[in-house]
Amino acid sequence: MTTNDKRELSTFDIDSGLFRRGISRRCVLKGAATAGLSAAASPVFAPYVQAARVIKLGYVSPQTGPLAPFAESDNFIIGNFKEAIKSGLKIGNQTYPVEVVTKDSQSNPNRAAQVAKDLIVTDKIDLMLVASTPETTNPVSTQCEIEEVPCISTVAPWQPWFIGRQANPRGGPPAWKDFNYTYHFFWGLEDVISVFTNMWSQLATNKSVGGLFPNDGDGNAWGDKQFGFPPVLDKLGYKLTDPGRYQNLTDIFFAQINAFKEAKCEVITGVMIPPDFTTFWKQAMQQGFRPKIASLGKAILFPVALETLGKNGNNLSSEVWWSPNHPFKSSLTGMSARALADAYTQATKKQWTQPIGFVHALFEVAIDVLKRAPTLGDAKATVEAIKATNLNTVVGPIKWGQENLPPFARKNVAKTPLVGGQWRIKDGNKYDIVITDNKTAPAIPVGGGMQAIG
Amino acid sequence: MLSWVDTILQGALLGGLYALFAAGLSLIFGIMRLVNLAHGDLIVLAAFAILSAMTALGVGPVLAFLIAAPILFCIGYALQHFVLNRTLGRGVLPPLLVTFGLSIILQNALLEGFSADSRRLSAGTIETASLALLNDLAIGLMPLLTFASAVAVILALNLLFYRTAVGRAFRATSDDSEIAQLMGIDNRRIYSLAMGVAMVVVAIAALYLGIRANFDPTIGPARLLYAFEAVIIGGLGSFWGTLVGGIIIGLAQTIGAKINPEWQILAGHIAFFIVLVIHPRGLFPRAID
Repeated sequence: MTTNDKRELSTFDIDSGLFRRGISRRCVLKGAATAGLSAAASPVFAPYVQAARVIKLGYVSPQTGPLAPFAESDNFIIGNFKEAIKSGLKIGNQTYPVEVVTKDSQSNPNRAAQVAKDLIVTDKIDLMLVASTPETTNPVSTQCEIEEVPCISTVAPWQPWFIGRQANPRGGPPAWKDFNYTYHFFWGLEDVISVFTNMWSQLATNKSVGGLFPNDGDGNAWGDKQFGFPPVLDKLGYKLTDPGRYQNLTDIFFAQINAFKEAKCEVITGVMIPPDFTTFWKQAMQQGFRPKIASLGKAILFPVALETLGKNGNNLSSEVWWSPNHPFKSSLTGMSARALADAYTQATKKQWTQPIGFVHALFEVAIDVLKRAPTLGDAKATVEAIKATNLNTVVGPIKWGQENLPPFARKNVAKTPLVGGQWRIKDGNKYDIVITDNKTAPAIPVGGGMQAIG
Repeated sequence: MLSWVDTILQGALLGGLYALFAAGLSLIFGIMRLVNLAHGDLIVLAAFAILSAMTALGVGPVLAFLIAAPILFCIGYALQHFVLNRTLGRGVLPPLLVTFGLSIILQNALLEGFSADSRRLSAGTIETASLALLNDLAIGLMPLLTFASAVAVILALNLLFYRTAVGRAFRATSDDSEIAQLMGIDNRRIYSLAMGVAMVVVAIAALYLGIRANFDPTIGPARLLYAFEAVIIGGLGSFWGTLVGGIIIGLAQTIGAKINPEWQILAGHIAFFIVLVIHPRGLFPRAID
């Protein structure tokens, strides 16, 4: 993907080609030298240099490793994006070609920080884009803040992104500082909590809720007695049974299932990784425990996770950040959410996933910001342009500085709408999400009411 | 009282799964003192092999396993013959590094070939079926089958080891490979055969792992740890010891979780630690070396 890598590769190929033909060492050295010279010299004579300077966007995402499902649509979206801006970007009366330099975080926060630094120092990017989970967005944003490079991030609830990057995450608002170069758009924990409880209120239950919160960043945030689910559920009259933080990749959920059975839980919630939810759900059924509602974050984001449950995934519910039924259009290509999802399915033969909309929106915002930034290469001017963003994207309107956030986070975070949905089986073992609650975002149409798990 | 019986029963059954993960590792470790860091990834590779057979031929998981097992035997044989045999006899570090590298290569190759999607082997209604023993006591059919298979695998490995000519060669090579070579045993061929057999055991583990939980290309290393602990607890070269080791970890986990779910994984590791302190060679070491 990167131009640098390609260049290195081609010189290497020339060398090894000479070796294979059995030319003497002197020849090889000469050849390599000429090759090196011509490689070094070629940009001077290359026609594109005479054109305007290239605008460089850096993009970091977890293309490999455990977080890879989030980045699965990256190639499709970047391909789409390149197609949309192939004639360049007009700023003032100059047209600039746009280049995207992508880097893989390998699902590793240290690696994410390293590639971010490479993008800033070696590739000299104009704007950093980063997506998918705090493990990716946080280290990249932090590097950008240090190096004073504007950065836009998405696909991570805003609390882990904003609070997780504070010097003292437990310090509270006066000690928390806002950021000058890094901006984020997504939803927050408070939105998931309202979406889940709104969904539950549609069905008659005994209000006994079982919580499955692992001992990781998400689990601790969701299960937090002060800022997570417990205080809200308490206020709404739900009784939460929280057996405690378990470790990810647990092989047996016997203790939890017994605790839920004892408390006669009719609702299950939590933020589990997909393999753990499969293990839990199957063992629950073996033990004859079947709640009326199961609303989970993370575990059932992707349709393949549902397919692994066979018929037993019907009517599981989760938060919906984006779906083809969202009534929004891309500012870049004019495509509706439905058209974007269909194009993805056509190009890859895979079902749509929620990150598609957000990664696309990330590039929408980038182009919008660059168009409005008065001088290219001026980080401060670019930041001002980000702050002034007011764009209708394929995931909804994006505008920083809104009232729907606590004052300390308003400057750096913009919220996108969140609704709730249930996965339903359609033809055979394929699943589709049906939006069942839109009290939090009435603009997004519901596709049906909540159904109890059969 | 009943809930404790229940907890212990579930823990023992979980131990069967860990023993299955560990049996292949135990075989390799026992015969050639090779710590196979890629063992977890080989389980995932086998799971994908079974999945491929299922989707390509439209058969159930058991039949797919029967098709995949001989292929995996050959892969194991070739892996040992062409790669791992070259690393033996030069100290402990080279095989360790090579299997570590193999682990990374396998993960990325699987990611390239099968994408990062979380997959599972679907076995139909048997997955969630259970036997009601008493009013409030039910055990899942799959955990029970897993345990039975673990016992069967250990029995079969013991028969192979102590009742056949190949087994005698395995034991001889394990005890002293140089003397075994003097007696006309080609220890490299023995090693390759052992790896082939280990891959078949790995395929059985993969079958049960794939039916029990999701797998994706990067999940292997997490599976290696319990397997490794079960082997060490059981003692070098003892298959029954490996089963006992698996059960000890399983029991420690469920009992720990009964007290508090936060202690589930930790309790297993603590049990391992205690055994290591009291019996550094494990509970039933076959050979003293």
